[in-house]
Amino acid sequence: MDARIGIRNTKSILFKSLIIFLAFVVTLPLIIILLYIIKQGVMQVNWHFLTHVPAPEGETGGGIANALVGSLLIIAMSSVVAIPVGILAGIYLSENPGTKLAYYSGLCVDILQGVPSIVMGIVVYFWIVKPFGFSAISGSIALAIMMLPIVIRSTEQTLLLLPPSLKEAALSLGVPYHRVILKVIVPCGFAGILSGIILSIARIIGETAPLLFTALGSNYLSTNVTGAMESLPHLIFTYATSPYDDQHDLAWGASFILLMFVLILNIVTKLITRKWKIQL
Amino acid sequence: MMKNKRLDLSYSQMKWETVFKRILTVMSAIILLLVAGVFVTLIVESWPSIKSLGIGYLWGKVWDPVNNVYGAYPFLLGTLLTSFTALIISIPFSYAIAIYLGEYNPKGWLSNLLKNTIELIAAVPSIIYGFWALFVLVPQVRKLETAIHIAPYGVGVFTASIVLAVMIIPYAAALGTSLIRMVPSPLKEGAYALGATRFEVIRSVILPYTRSGLFAGILLSLGRALGETMAVTVLIGNTSAIASSFKEIFFGPGNTMASVIANEFAEADHTLYLSALIELGLVLFFVTVIINLIGKRIITKYTNH
Repeated sequence: MDARIGIRNTKSILFKSLIIFLAFVVTLPLIIILLYIIKQGVMQVNWHFLTHVPAPEGETGGGIANALVGSLLIIAMSSVVAIPVGILAGIYLSENPGTKLAYYSGLCVDILQGVPSIVMGIVVYFWIVKPFGFSAISGSIALAIMMLPIVIRSTEQTLLLLPPSLKEAALSLGVPYHRVILKVIVPCGFAGILSGIILSIARIIGETAPLLFTALGSNYLSTNVTGAMESLPHLIFTYATSPYDDQHDLAWGASFILLMFVLILNIVTKLITRKWKIQL
Repeated sequence: MMKNKRLDLSYSQMKWETVFKRILTVMSAIILLLVAGVFVTLIVESWPSIKSLGIGYLWGKVWDPVNNVYGAYPFLLGTLLTSFTALIISIPFSYAIAIYLGEYNPKGWLSNLLKNTIELIAAVPSIIYGFWALFVLVPQVRKLETAIHIAPYGVGVFTASIVLAVMIIPYAAALGTSLIRMVPSPLKEGAYALGATRFEVIRSVILPYTRSGLFAGILLSLGRALGETMAVTVLIGNTSAIASSFKEIFFGPGNTMASVIANEFAEADHTLYLSALIELGLVLFFVTVIINLIGKRIITKYTNH
């Protein structure tokens, strides 16, 4: 009897150790990758690196100004499209649960969330690039579509958490519906909506596949949104697979910058959700 | 006069109310239109290939655009092989994380730290995984391949699967954690009262109770793995020919549906070539959508009980 309890207890302890080991081993690859990128990238980053375009193939020096400006512009344009549409659609979903449209829209949000980014790239290629040519705008639209599900879901989830008495109180004072939503409900859920927006930006800032056939990439610093434009992830992709060491260095630097963006955006989301106690 | 003005104001407010409600409806309908648009575009653009190559396209073994021969089998094989290898590698880890964060240590700083770190794995852009692996992991794999006497390509299905495994762990782990936390404590307490050890409670109460939910988490991870493009494109070696032995297929270079689209879409110079690539996208779209919807369905069913 005693022996059996001993065996069962040992088994339990062994299992616990195994679980703890496996759970923490997973953090190793992440730590190794982060440290490696920081080690390789941080040496590259200086003022020259941030303000110059890449040197021609085979030459040393140059920077990633074109990709930096391009990424920021493309993200800004995606946000301008995706944020209003996403918030309004999210409000619809939280305000009209149970309607047919809400059911099918919700289903489509789930579908959009699962669409592989490369597929989004080819679809936007046919929608915009084929008739109008390669442009930063087409890249932004592909990314905006990828942002939508996250913005919609976070808006919907946040608003569903608000007590119904808020809305009822405002309505009973005779406030018109659109003012109730825009001046009472949305400001109350602002933190949740904001963290959803930041999270969606963090998600798309590193997306490469939708930009391959849309924004394309360019070696020049360009602010013309109707033309091809470089972006950080696309620059990393092109230079990572190139044979020149100088280009690899540029790609390491760009990876470091991109990683910092992603880390900061994620930490900001964490701080907001912690401060306002939101579950996303 | 005064009264009329007020009436006008409330009329205009009522008008705005209707307009606002319409805008909400339209925005929500836009999502439907987007998905329908994606679907229709993929079908229309891949129609030449669907029409002339038929269903046999899916198991045609040869992909030779120069001679206008198209078969999707190499890419289906590559996609399934990388995704399922990655999935099998990732399952023990995502289950371990779910059990640790859900049962052993659901609160406290260590638990939070681990949870945030795991979430960060999903946040790192896939191109950075690919780039890092190309310069750090590939030489290691090459050494391993030399040691076991196979052609030391370094890049290939095996390398891509390892990186993919790391990338998809967070999805199943996050869902598993929240589901294990939802197991009613009376169930666990009952088992403890009968004298069960922690391990026995996990094995015979928690895991059976959360089985379908954990399965849904694996489906979500699988959906990610199937559609993952950039890391795989950089690492898989991009060969559309199928090697003769399984060992060579597994360790040697290959191609997945997503990676062949990424590599060849820009250079597809005639209609059939292009539409054959888009048909791959269509298949990918279908498969990921179905897997994701089944996963989501299981989750909603599970959380509603």
